[in-house]
Amino acid sequence: MDARRCPKSCVMDSSSTISYQDLIFRLKRFWAEKGCIIQEPFDLEVGAGTMCPETFLRVLGPERYNVAYVQPSRRPADGRYGDNPNRLYKHMQFQVILKPTPTDIMELYLQSLEALGIDLSKHDIKFEEDNWESPTLGAWGIGWQVMLDGLEITQFTYFQQCGGFDLDLIPVELTYGLERLTAFLQGVESVYDITWTPGFRYRAVRHADELQSSVYNFEMADIGALWKLFEIHEAEAQRLIDLFPDYPERKRFPVLSAYEQVLKCSNLFNLLDARGAISVTERVAVIGRVRKIAVNVARLWMEQQFGPPAGDLVPGANAKEVAA
Amino acid sequence: MLPFLLEIGTEEIPDWMIPGALEHLEKLLTELLAKHRLSHEVLELDATPRRLVVRSKGIDPMQEATESLVTGPPVSAAFKNGEPTPAAHAFAKKMNTDVASLRREMTPKGEYLAFTQRTEGASAASILAEALPALILSIHFPKNMVWAGKGTSRFIRPIRWLVALLGENVLPFAIEGVRSGNRTEGHRRLGKTGLAVTHANYESVLRENGVILRAAERRTRIVEGAEALAAAKGVKVALDPELLETLVYITEFPTAILGSFAEEYLSLPEEVLITVMRHHQKYFAVHRADGTLAPHFVAVMNTAADPDGLVVSGNERVLRARFNDARFFWDFDQKTTLAERVESLGAVTFHAKLGNYLEKTKRTQERIAALAVLAGADVAQAERAALLAKCDLTTELVKEFTELQGVVGGLYARHQGEPEGVARAIYDQYKPVSMEGEMPSTLLGQLLSLADKADTLASCFSIGLIPKGSSDPFALRRAAQGVVRILAESEAAISIDAFHGDDAALAEFFKDRVRYYFRDVRGFAYDEVNAVMAAGFADLKDAGSRLAALREVRPTENFEPIAASFKRIKNILRQAEFAGGAVEPELLTEAAERTLHQEFLRVRTGVHRMREEGNYRGALAEIASLRPAVDAFFDQVLVNANEEQVRRNRLGLLHQLLTELSSIADFSEIVTR
Repeated sequence: MDARRCPKSCVMDSSSTISYQDLIFRLKRFWAEKGCIIQEPFDLEVGAGTMCPETFLRVLGPERYNVAYVQPSRRPADGRYGDNPNRLYKHMQFQVILKPTPTDIMELYLQSLEALGIDLSKHDIKFEEDNWESPTLGAWGIGWQVMLDGLEITQFTYFQQCGGFDLDLIPVELTYGLERLTAFLQGVESVYDITWTPGFRYRAVRHADELQSSVYNFEMADIGALWKLFEIHEAEAQRLIDLFPDYPERKRFPVLSAYEQVLKCSNLFNLLDARGAISVTERVAVIGRVRKIAVNVARLWMEQQFGPPAGDLVPGANAKEVAA
Repeated sequence: MLPFLLEIGTEEIPDWMIPGALEHLEKLLTELLAKHRLSHEVLELDATPRRLVVRSKGIDPMQEATESLVTGPPVSAAFKNGEPTPAAHAFAKKMNTDVASLRREMTPKGEYLAFTQRTEGASAASILAEALPALILSIHFPKNMVWAGKGTSRFIRPIRWLVALLGENVLPFAIEGVRSGNRTEGHRRLGKTGLAVTHANYESVLRENGVILRAAERRTRIVEGAEALAAAKGVKVALDPELLETLVYITEFPTAILGSFAEEYLSLPEEVLITVMRHHQKYFAVHRADGTLAPHFVAVMNTAADPDGLVVSGNERVLRARFNDARFFWDFDQKTTLAERVESLGAVTFHAKLGNYLEKTKRTQERIAALAVLAGADVAQAERAALLAKCDLTTELVKEFTELQGVVGGLYARHQGEPEGVARAIYDQYKPVSMEGEMPSTLLGQLLSLADKADTLASCFSIGLIPKGSSDPFALRRAAQGVVRILAESEAAISIDAFHGDDAALAEFFKDRVRYYFRDVRGFAYDEVNAVMAAGFADLKDAGSRLAALREVRPTENFEPIAASFKRIKNILRQAEFAGGAVEPELLTEAAERTLHQEFLRVRTGVHRMREEGNYRGALAEIASLRPAVDAFFDQVLVNANEEQVRRNRLGLLHQLLTELSSIADFSEIVTR
């Protein structure tokens, strides 16, 4: 029925279908021209681009920062053995942080879609309320999910708090879902049918990863080993946090390394959760453990980069969370 | 009078907050104008997702001047030998006038020099320019944000432009660097930016730039567009009112489109299809003439047209993916029956301190068994329904569509061959979801709903989770309200006392809900509700009948006077600290008290009989017929007789009257006019 009305490439207004990698190139080019640093993906496992230091730590403090990067994002529980056409264990996000937010951000965002070849005069765009909150990161923001012809293609968030701190400059975070955006533009029903580059489909590049990761995450991951790893990384993060106050040369102190330990814990938590190893009662407690080290690292970063807190830098409520 | 226009230009405001914000804006502006004594024509409020607008055909350009009388020195000190003294000159100077212009004013202390000082009013322009920034930022929204940096203004979304005109002039002010002016913004893609407007052309400029300002017009456009599309297909569109309002306030230029999906998806339950369309995709469902779902939907775009059909095909593809997901979940879930899922409820937390859903299930089973006995229902089926009720929480379909919990359980139970009564009860277990919402359609469903809610309430209260103010995270008010409504309206005759045990806080909580139910849902007067509840409300259906009778009898001639007398009796007994005592007929000396006693005995017999028959109206009328005897008693008899025996006897008579005739309603609670 749809094939009749709409040949596969008709969504595109140019004659050729945009490839997956071309879409990424165009986004990078677009945001580079708007003054963004183009970063490469962070080299540890994360659940979302937000967790990368380029977002989580950079949004803190009074300094301007503009950055964009692709981030493979792992959600073990979303794995479907490569069977489900719309769900992936590891999907790719294109993450943009503009700090502070330019006043014409909505227009800039729409231009980025046009840069992908989407003729907005022929499509329907809506901004639907969708606020974001990450208890683990002590972070929340206000924003929308952007709907293109009924498909959610982007999370658009004005960060308000991160690591328990009210943010000095309000950054905007744009998170494009690359697979679904490409599937939409290429007019394909399954992410596995996406053309990565002519001659290679998404299936050829990624299917084995999806299948094997699902098998490992759901069936074979050693729960005992994962718990041990979780505790090792948690202890290492805590050890560093404890060393910070007496360390003589603040700037040399490896806060970033402590944060990497936090990310390890977060991913291990997700793996244990997908493996069904965390009872619902334990869940809240384990999230609390990750939150504690995450929020403490944010505090160390603030102190290291921007000096010891003035009276109002750590409000009472946050201080309590840090101690929790 | 000067025409007024204020447009607050923002990024997209959540649709559901807009009507409330407009109402508050109107209130704030009305109060501001009143405070500054600026009269004005009616305020017109409009909004789209990107603008909150208030207009008026006229606001007074100036406050009225005010005059006040200022007194100076006494005349005796102001003139010497007919000549003004320095005191008179000083006062004139202070008043900015000359001595000749001063008046004389007689006061109780003598004659004084005086001057009527006139203060010119401030201009509306200066008042508004100064007050509007704070007024705008005080519009209430449920969740505000900052956008210009820590500690800056808070609003629902960033303010990006401001139009503020009074007459021909811009009212100058600024919010976080955005200066007011006369330029507005069109639709993001259909219109232009930086459009100069006047009072006269504001709405038409917006229209030419893809913005329909009035919500009513957008609503009409959606409704007519949707109905025309459906009619062309020979089907009917279900214009869910809540969704319609969402679409009215999520668009600046709404246009309906009709899409289709493959017939094969119609094999999924209608509940699932409609939830996907309505809640997840904001589409209207479409029905055939026979009421069954048609393989179409109506979506509403925020743009004028879909020239190449791209929007329709895009939405169709999204819906297809959603339906595929749902079908995948449905098939996947069938691999494990509800009965096989019971044990896994042990891993689903109900509440950290209250354990898991397996434990809750066991408690609910015990409760429903007891209720089924009371209501004469099938105990085995009731227990089965309770056992399986929460199992759908572990299904993929409910994880995906949480709003379908209960419904999915019911559908699965039927599909898996559970008895229809069990399936129906599971399906209906969360009903009624509101005061007007549907009731569970079967007795078993009502019992399951009661048992589940009763357990939630008792459990939460037992660990001190008691709703306070507007905070009610576990929706306990709604749960209690559901219990009250089922007990008052279902066929099951169960006492509400069974639902709070000996928990005084919970009993009080239910009492509030009962009062709310009879007053706000059933519409009885508050004093009638108090009167009936004071006579007991364990049986809510009976309380409802007594209220209906009371409402009927109330307008009759004798009712309010007898109610007033009952209140008087109550006061007398309280003042006398009288706790009751026998009435000795031989001690009744006065004629009026003998008559009252006889009348009381007569009425009591009739009231008891009619009460047994459930004839509350007759019983109340009978009580009201005591009025002449009661009036005569108070006219002619002194209760506080000198002789203690006589006094106690009279008090005893009144006490019997009050206690024995207050079992339908406590008349002393009636507020008489």
